[in-house]
Amino acid sequence: MKILVGVKRVIDYNVQVRVRPDETDVDLSNTKMAMNPFCEIAVEEAVRLKEQGIASEIVVVSVGPKVVQEQLRLAMALGADRAIQVETEDAVDSLAVAEVFAELVAQEQPGLVLLGKQSIDSDNNQTGQMLAGMAGLGQATFASAINFKEGCIQVTREVDGGLQTLELTLPAVVTTDLRLNEPRHARLPDIMKSKKKPIDVRPLGDFNVTAQNYLKVLKVQAPAQRQAGEMVASVAELVDKLKNQAGVIA
Amino acid sequence: MSVLVVAEHLGGVLQSGTARVVAAALQMGDGVDVLVAGHNVSEVAEQAASLAGVRAVVVVDQPNLASQLAESVCEVVLTLVDSYSHLLAAASTFGKNLLPRVAGIKRLPQLSDVIEVISADTFKRPIYAGGAIATVQNTAPLKIITVRTSAFGAVGQAAAAAYSGVSVDVNNSLTSLVSETQADAAGPELGSARVVVSGGRGMGSKENFALIESLAGRLNAAVGASRAAVDAGYAANDLQVGQTGKIVAPELYVAVGISGAIQHLAGMKESRVIVAINQDEDAPIFKIADYGLKMDLFEALPQLESALS
Ligand SMILES: Cc1cc2nc3c(=O)[nH]c(=O)nc-3n(C[C@H](O)[C@H](O)[C@H](O)COP(=O)(O)OP(=O)(O)OC[C@H]3O[C@@H](n4cnc5c(N)ncnc54)[C@H](O)[C@@H]3O)c2cc1C
Repeated sequence: MKILVGVKRVIDYNVQVRVRPDETDVDLSNTKMAMNPFCEIAVEEAVRLKEQGIASEIVVVSVGPKVVQEQLRLAMALGADRAIQVETEDAVDSLAVAEVFAELVAQEQPGLVLLGKQSIDSDNNQTGQMLAGMAGLGQATFASAINFKEGCIQVTREVDGGLQTLELTLPAVVTTDLRLNEPRHARLPDIMKSKKKPIDVRPLGDFNVTAQNYLKVLKVQAPAQRQAGEMVASVAELVDKLKNQAGVIA
Repeated sequence: MSVLVVAEHLGGVLQSGTARVVAAALQMGDGVDVLVAGHNVSEVAEQAASLAGVRAVVVVDQPNLASQLAESVCEVVLTLVDSYSHLLAAASTFGKNLLPRVAGIKRLPQLSDVIEVISADTFKRPIYAGGAIATVQNTAPLKIITVRTSAFGAVGQAAAAAYSGVSVDVNNSLTSLVSETQADAAGPELGSARVVVSGGRGMGSKENFALIESLAGRLNAAVGASRAAVDAGYAANDLQVGQTGKIVAPELYVAVGISGAIQHLAGMKESRVIVAINQDEDAPIFKIADYGLKMDLFEALPQLESALS
């Protein structure tokens, strides 16, 4: 079975984002970039499925400028077999990315599509569900366990009320949550070897992205900062302040 | 302008987030209808009909909606949504699962986690774990939006709105429910509690995490946790607060043994009063806490409990 995996290049999760002084956007110049942590989990899951003999080929896809090849190379060092870069210099939203993936699903006919549940830049949590809807596939978002059965999968999802397990016919779209696995680090020899693996670069214009762009970002601002508080010396002082100053406990 | 709000319900009870989504909806248009889709949902429909400001409730009550799968509920939404200008749901795992599927099929964008309504087509939403706030205009003929419920007050109760039953052909053969484990629902719900007490990795074990539960009981608070505490198995997954967990904004948030990573702060920094208990004076949580107590939590928690009893 072939697995298609999405990989997004985003700000490193340890870095605090800066807003441009003119409030038009965030400022990512000279910012450390990395693979979206949820995409790392998706890549790891695909690699484990290949190690278990369930997956036969892992194809990783990223939509973006040439620099996304760094993340595609990393995914191949971790175990993906080949990569597709859908090249564009423009910012693309979840809907356009979902359309690209829907077309790739039709071309590549994967048995499973694995995407991160959200990217830590736009925090949208949309692409997998949009793709599933467009492609007429079942979806399991917030996955914390995936089990293969005959012709189907069972996926455990972390939902607000607890855990839920679904059965899905294949192909299906699964979006990964934090506790699905713990991604490995790439080993140096694998990084060297990944340089020989192929990246198929295809312009975004080759894809039939039909959705009109209805969204316009008018402003990007820094959030309101909280007032610095005070340190208290004892539990008694804390309780006193909570009662008599903040008035939050009786 | 008319708005369709997808109600969220569990075990025959309307979830508290829906009243907050209705509040957001009323800022976008005055014809606010609520869709209740599920099985044996007449009580949920009644609860939804009594939310102030609701024009009408549309009830789709049939056995094939019992598990409220996204694929099935999506089919229902698609048959109803064309006469509306806005489609809303809470930015809960239910809403986040459902609405983008509708958006994908309609080839329309979605705005996730809206925290402020500027006008019927312009909204604010956090990006980068709340590191920035984007103001976005959405000119789509149908605006599909998930609402961050902690950012809106709930509407009150009013005389019951009209409700009508509709039946919809649902053909989902893609997914089925295998099992569900409900977390035990002791104490108030995390998303709407007035007080939240959260424990982090500093708790050290599942057994020690009981100290958090006990303090929460004393304060009639909901229990929360950091990702590290959930990953380590101290607390259930549905208690995770943060960028990728639940977003809360209670009157009082008490963070115990939590360092204050940006991903955690993203889920609680809108709380009115924040208390941090941590033995490391350099812990970033102290930078946003209203009251910081630098102390070993194993000393502080018993003292706090007895001071409150
Ligand atoms: C993609 C992604 C998403 C994430 N999403 C979330 C999220 O939604 N929510 C979330 O919380 N995190 C999230 N994280 C994880 C986040 O980055 C931090 O790793 C996590 O919040 C740390 O949890 P913690 O503060 O409990 O643990 P630590 O950072 O290990 O902090 C433990 C704290 O306990 C204190 N402590 C230890 N012992 C004691 C004691 N005896 N008395 C007093 N204090 C003590 C220490 O001084 C320390 O400050 C995410 C990370 C990634 C990469």
